[in-house]
Amino acid sequence: MNPVRIVSGVVAPLDRANVDTDQIIPKQFLKSIRRTGFGDYLFDAWRFLDEGDLGMTPNERRINHDFVLNQPRYQGARILLARENFGCGSSREHAVWSLMEFGFGCVIAPSFADIFFSNCFKNGLLPVVLDAALVDELFRLATGPAPLELTVDLPEQTIRLPDGRALPFAIDADRKRTLLEGLDEIQLTLAHGAAIEAFEARHRARMPWLFRSNHQKGASSV
Amino acid sequence: MPTLYDKVWSDHLVGERADGQSMLYIDLQLLHEVTSPQAFEGLELAGRRPWRIDANLATPDHNVPTDRRELGLAGIADPIALEQVVTLDRNCQRYGITEFDIRDPRQGIVHVVGPEQGATLPGMTIVCGDSHTSTHGAFAALAQGIGTSDVEHVLATQCLIQRKARNYQVAVHGRLGAGVSAKDLVLAIIGRIGTAGATGHTIEYLGEAIRALSMEGRMTLCNMAIEAGARAGMVAVDDTTLEYIHGRPFAPVGARWDEAETYWRSLVSDPDAHFDSVLELDAAAIVPQVTWGTSPEMVIGIDGAVPNPARLDGARADGVRRALEYMGLVPDQPVTDIRLDRVFIGSCTNSRIEDLRAAAAVIRGRRVAASVKQAMVVPGSGLVKAQAEREGLAQIFVDAGFEWRAAGCSMCLAMNPDRLQPGEHCASTSNRNFEGRQGHGGRTHLVSPAMAAAAAIAGHFVDVRKWA
Ligand code: SF4
Repeated sequence: MNPVRIVSGVVAPLDRANVDTDQIIPKQFLKSIRRTGFGDYLFDAWRFLDEGDLGMTPNERRINHDFVLNQPRYQGARILLARENFGCGSSREHAVWSLMEFGFGCVIAPSFADIFFSNCFKNGLLPVVLDAALVDELFRLATGPAPLELTVDLPEQTIRLPDGRALPFAIDADRKRTLLEGLDEIQLTLAHGAAIEAFEARHRARMPWLFRSNHQKGASSV
Repeated sequence: MPTLYDKVWSDHLVGERADGQSMLYIDLQLLHEVTSPQAFEGLELAGRRPWRIDANLATPDHNVPTDRRELGLAGIADPIALEQVVTLDRNCQRYGITEFDIRDPRQGIVHVVGPEQGATLPGMTIVCGDSHTSTHGAFAALAQGIGTSDVEHVLATQCLIQRKARNYQVAVHGRLGAGVSAKDLVLAIIGRIGTAGATGHTIEYLGEAIRALSMEGRMTLCNMAIEAGARAGMVAVDDTTLEYIHGRPFAPVGARWDEAETYWRSLVSDPDAHFDSVLELDAAAIVPQVTWGTSPEMVIGIDGAVPNPARLDGARADGVRRALEYMGLVPDQPVTDIRLDRVFIGSCTNSRIEDLRAAAAVIRGRRVAASVKQAMVVPGSGLVKAQAEREGLAQIFVDAGFEWRAAGCSMCLAMNPDRLQPGEHCASTSNRNFEGRQGHGGRTHLVSPAMAAAAAIAGHFVDVRKWA
């Protein structure tokens, strides 16, 4: 994962609550066995009027010009502004992959669904939880006469506005470090390999029925 | 004093990583074709191997067709879907992971297969790259959906890295009335607390109504914990739990069973356990539920009418207006006026034998309404299918005009060829009514199996309690 420090750019306002992962990346795209190639299909049923499928490119699609992300002023946006419970629904990490590939580096919302929130940190998408009243204000600014540009500064934990204000945001210290250093999560855990092995040995002794290899004659794999 | 969740958590706590996050040991990882390929690829690219092979169990479910199953892989018409299913087979063969492949009679929806095999056991920690992993909490397991990076992480380390959630108690007093099921109960709960109501919590369902539920009913309840925002839902162990597990292929036997039972019996919240949030419900007051909108919290009783945004305030009114427009419904429309184009009985929420029995009991001797274009039953596993055929349920469905399919996720998420056409209304026993979930432009109404069955016969929603 690439380290994340500062995300700055235009804010795209998506004024809907409970945006679910089926909307972020519809299921027909989950057939791919790859980690990439999802950016063209972000919010597919909203961005396009026709039904999309893997392999289609945006220039052969019927664009929904009413959808906010298709408006010229939000092209190249780096920050997605959303409402509460963003990313609810399925565990599909494709939702995070598609947002990032589309160009977003940060999502600001009053609240996020748990699994989506956790998936963000595995990939370097910065989810910022902000008070609902401040999110309201950002929506007003982002839909105002000129596009809103923000700088989200992770080391400082602030969102800098064009008028010079800096809004502080909270973030779990460990998760912050993971993003800042672009750490390999698996490596971090494997550093505790001896502790895992020791736990496993105790666990096997205490609850031997949990280890199929202890008692399962039928299982073909062991 | 600990809750059930506290107990299972502390019995699996390996320790803390240097960064302060907890390492939770995982007893079982369930794998399916959609969220695992990138995890196996990541493992391979990093030159790592699975930590513990026998802690994994795999089956393809999301993408498999539910007809022409006798053709095996050749029955998958879509080459991209085929590649995904073959990739799972290949990854499992390569590492020696037990897999029930598309030709195996034990194949099915991963959340139906685990419990059916006795692979899901009380007190386990279970993960799967699927949010409805919460289903397994019915067995007092701590079962959670995870993303693909975490699938890879658990494969490589046998640990899930997370912080402990808070405890949410849902206490359901009294008994559910006749014709009212676990599905109605969980929809009513989500209607009360909303889809983010239990975010950051693990739900424990308890009370008389829960104790009276079968394991199938408890699985339905835990399945939809995620729809209330909780990553996991749990039910304490009792005789019902143990009776269900006893004798299943992966369950322990003999002295090892006795040893396990002693531990399993301790898997209940202590009487004075602390819960951070509590919801109390009276089971007798719950009526059959129908969702009218595009989120599971947009739900009402069968005796109700869809909301009128004119009577709501700002932001809520907008959401309701948008949902009504998508669903093609008018404000104040009675639920019983909603006409159905298709009916789907299936999914990890409601595709177990008891669900099929409940639906068949309503259908027996009746016919699907002429106005319904398609009514289908998709059993949760090959074994459920076989049992339903032995019990004569399949014949009841077929005689009534239902299609009888092979096991898979099917129209729950419409990744395979089973899907709605734009604008069609579907009575569905699945768990998500999001826009387009069952097909581009499709309109999903979540209901119980008995309610779906009655809707298929009538052509519109009816109160199944009046049919008893
Ligand atoms: S049946 Fe539906 S909800 Fe369940 S695992 Fe399959 S797609 Fe997911």
